[in-house]
Amino acid sequence: MKAPHETNCLVVDDSAVIRKVARRIIEDLGMNVSEAEDGSAALEACAAHMPDAILLDWNMPNMDGYAFLQALRQSEGGEFPKVLFCTTENDVGAIARALRAGADEYIMKPFDRDILTAKLEQVGLVADAA
Amino acid sequence: MTELEFEFLRGFLKQRSGLALTAEKRYLVESRLTPICRRCGLGSLGELISALKLGRNGALERSVVEAMTTNETFFFRDRIPFDLFRDTLLPEALIRNASRRRLRIWCAASSTGQEPYSLAMLLQEAAPRMPGWQVEIVATDISTEVIEKAKAGLYSHFEVQRGLPVQWLIKYFNQVGEQWQIAQSLRNMVDYRQLNLLQSFTMFGQFDIIYCRNVLIYFDAPTKSDVLARLAAQLAPEGALLLGAAETVIGLTDRLAPHPKHRGLYTHAAPAVRLGETAAPLRVAAGV
Repeated sequence: MKAPHETNCLVVDDSAVIRKVARRIIEDLGMNVSEAEDGSAALEACAAHMPDAILLDWNMPNMDGYAFLQALRQSEGGEFPKVLFCTTENDVGAIARALRAGADEYIMKPFDRDILTAKLEQVGLVADAA
Repeated sequence: MTELEFEFLRGFLKQRSGLALTAEKRYLVESRLTPICRRCGLGSLGELISALKLGRNGALERSVVEAMTTNETFFFRDRIPFDLFRDTLLPEALIRNASRRRLRIWCAASSTGQEPYSLAMLLQEAAPRMPGWQVEIVATDISTEVIEKAKAGLYSHFEVQRGLPVQWLIKYFNQVGEQWQIAQSLRNMVDYRQLNLLQSFTMFGQFDIIYCRNVLIYFDAPTKSDVLARLAAQLAPEGALLLGAAETVIGLTDRLAPHPKHRGLYTHAAPAVRLGETAAPLRVAAGV
């Protein structure tokens, strides 16, 4: 596991409020945070510098989270980032679809600090509190 | 609330539940008991305590005990006790109990069910290597209210997201409106009973594994000693007791001893075979 200050997390969401909330929580864990407001901007960010983790919204303009994830997983080095879908699409079908597309975890909105931290722990990006 | 009222409440809770309410926890009284006042049409905490003093309202007394003893929990809380179950305790029990194919587990402070259901999920994952086994999970709590919630197995999306891998959410839960309900097959694996740990529990018989986590911390030392000695009496000769991270047996009983390798794990003080030395740990396929 990388040290928190060496871990880069990309927050992809068209809501500036969600990006700000997520940034605050992730930065409090000691990680570096960058932001993108849709899937195509996120793909450009990943091409420039592949992050260690991506917190990914589903419904966004230009390119949605699902299309982004499929494109990411087919791109060079795109298999490495841990992807946590973070969305209001909270039904079983959407979760199963996201997992099939290559998501590592799934966060149902609304989320809080405990949930985001727990999910980052589960994908091995945060040292377990236990 | 006056000092005398607080002292009465402290004595009442100690006697009924073993809860040692310290002065620092005084703030909890207001937040947890005010809703009861409202529900019962009592104007203040003072009125509630006067009603308790009369000793004629069993339902009110139970509500107060339940409100003050309900604690937070979540699936696979603290992770290590469940890794230990999957990697060491269960594989060893499968070898040790192979001839009778029976395993008994007790969650002694099961709250809203996340702990017994976490174990049930791990057992379900291990089921292919346990054909013909009879597994019993007994789950007890002092609060009938939380037991009812546990039996229903309904959780909010906040509750299912802390500690539970999403793959297991869709494998073991069904979506019911805004909530998630644990599968009937897992609910059937757990036998819920109301139990105050201050009272006798010999009727439950012996267990191979006992989880009694994050409840002793609320008791004073003599109560801890008493409960631990009685837990030891219910523990099979090579059984395992798991306590919370902030709990220990040291200085409280000489019948149990900490395991040299695993923090939070306790065995009889002089077991015939030490846990962790009978077999190479088997790994169940799905990780937590």
